[in-house]
Amino acid sequence: MNTRVVPLSRRRDWLGLAGLVLVLGTLPLWLSSPYALSTLVLIGIYSIVTIGLCLLMGYAGQISLGQAAFFGLGAYASAILTVRLHWSPWLALPAAALLTGLIALLFGLPMFRLRGHYLAMGTLAFGFIVELVLNEWKAYTGGPSGLPGIPRLTIAGTPLRTDMVYYYLVWGFAILALVLGLNIVNSRFGRALRAIRASETAAQSLGIDVARYKLLTFVVSAVYASVAGSLYAHYMIFVSPTAFDFSTSVRLVLMATVGGLASIWGAPLGTALVMLLTLGLRELVPLVGGSNSGEFQIIAYGFLLVLIMLYMPAGLTVWLTRTWSQQRPRWEQGLAVARARLAGRR
Amino acid sequence: MSTAQNRPPVMEIQRVSMSFGGVQALDDVSFGVDEGRILALIGPNGAGKTTLLNVIAGTLTPTAGGVRYRGHKLNGLPTHQRVRLGIGRTFQQALVFGEMTVLENALVGCHVQGRSELFGAVIRLPYVRREEEDARLEALRVLNLVGLGSKADVPASALTFGQQRLLAIARALAARPSLLLLDEPAAGLNRMEKNDLGDLMRRIQEMGTTVVLVEHDMELVMRLAEWVVVLDHGRHLAEGTAREIRRNQAVIGAYLGAEVA
Repeated sequence: MNTRVVPLSRRRDWLGLAGLVLVLGTLPLWLSSPYALSTLVLIGIYSIVTIGLCLLMGYAGQISLGQAAFFGLGAYASAILTVRLHWSPWLALPAAALLTGLIALLFGLPMFRLRGHYLAMGTLAFGFIVELVLNEWKAYTGGPSGLPGIPRLTIAGTPLRTDMVYYYLVWGFAILALVLGLNIVNSRFGRALRAIRASETAAQSLGIDVARYKLLTFVVSAVYASVAGSLYAHYMIFVSPTAFDFSTSVRLVLMATVGGLASIWGAPLGTALVMLLTLGLRELVPLVGGSNSGEFQIIAYGFLLVLIMLYMPAGLTVWLTRTWSQQRPRWEQGLAVARARLAGRR
Repeated sequence: MSTAQNRPPVMEIQRVSMSFGGVQALDDVSFGVDEGRILALIGPNGAGKTTLLNVIAGTLTPTAGGVRYRGHKLNGLPTHQRVRLGIGRTFQQALVFGEMTVLENALVGCHVQGRSELFGAVIRLPYVRREEEDARLEALRVLNLVGLGSKADVPASALTFGQQRLLAIARALAARPSLLLLDEPAAGLNRMEKNDLGDLMRRIQEMGTTVVLVEHDMELVMRLAEWVVVLDHGRHLAEGTAREIRRNQAVIGAYLGAEVA
């Protein structure tokens, strides 16, 4: 038997990517508001973080409650290297990623010798430490008031000024992140991760070094967050610690969960949904007489999470694909009937 | 060790003791496993059979004694590295990866033969694709061997209990073990499935793999095992050919005692 089995998901991935590129490529043509464009840039940036988080949570089965810290490390490393040391942004970005990856490696090394939910606890603490350093190490970070004057990214010597250019750049990065993520998922490495999620004992008995695979995935997710952080810094041209606090970490986990951890396709979807919901709330809450503060947001997030867990526990992506495959015969039938009627009329 | 050949055993259990708190699960157990044989490890419930398998596989660290495999002392070596040395195993529960397809389960079994790492996977280097292709062929080979070739694209969770057991064996075989530890592979199987399992184990043996089998089904043990080791309350009670063990008064006593108790 010499059948070459090509998994269906692979073909579906390419179709999905083509569709995504098409939609994202033409989306700015339909939008007139600059506000919408900048929102899309941010969705792209956060998507890169959540794709990495999805690899960690969905495939390696580990929770990070400090992902905003790695996002912040990337942003601040890029900011400090360019503002204080006058590096080129294009050099600062990989340097920041390398540094953040190294920090994640050193931090993760002891964490993954332990089984269970130590990573959630550890990353929670790590997030607070990073927040503290960003606030207190004023000489370099500028403290709570932040670090302004970050240069924009340049292409061929020209700084990128418009949101439109950033939009294509950021989503280029996000699609690359998705493609590389899919490559990881569909490889020996990704299979080992899924095996670990299903049964650590069985995975180990097949020669998989469980701790090592978890650690490497953790480092990958940190590098993803760092790259997104660098893009964020050079887009906002200003960074301050509040953008990388604990509530951001929670929001990132929410984005990944809403989209669905079963597939990294869920990450951009969940990110977009949570971002739009956040913006919507910001508009709606004052209308019903509430104060425009963080508390309402947290309550709304809580509700959203509960609803998702109740009605689509596997996340939005799985729910959508399942509904699609269930409803498709009906739609196709309807289409066929309509076509027959049209033909009859002629 | 009353072996006809004078070759050293492929594995030696050397004075292994294991206690959990105050419970002595294994008490000074020693025996050897000859290459290419099917050795059955039997004994009443709680005799320490699975504990001993866990010690051999590296899941448990014995409180005293150790395991020698092909001349290496295995002490302190983690499970995943023992797999690389050629020690494979299955569990009482099948522990298949339910969400993955049958083929993917077998592909995970090929893990130790692969070399591709994260970096190669990320950018899909040519050698990674070649390796992936080889792994697929190997995975299909072991699936055909256990008779699951036609189920390759089915999710493992959709298999029957017996089929999941076979998949677990296929998965372990994909790692090309030279020593395979099977923990009660026949439990819960019907008569026909048991017969198929027996045939499969003969084929595994013909491939040159040594098998250590923990089993309650005496019919299967008598049919397959060339050597039987009996444990009782963590102690080595007896060993010998299946025929010798069947007549051993101490063994009969232990089993009768267990049934009365």
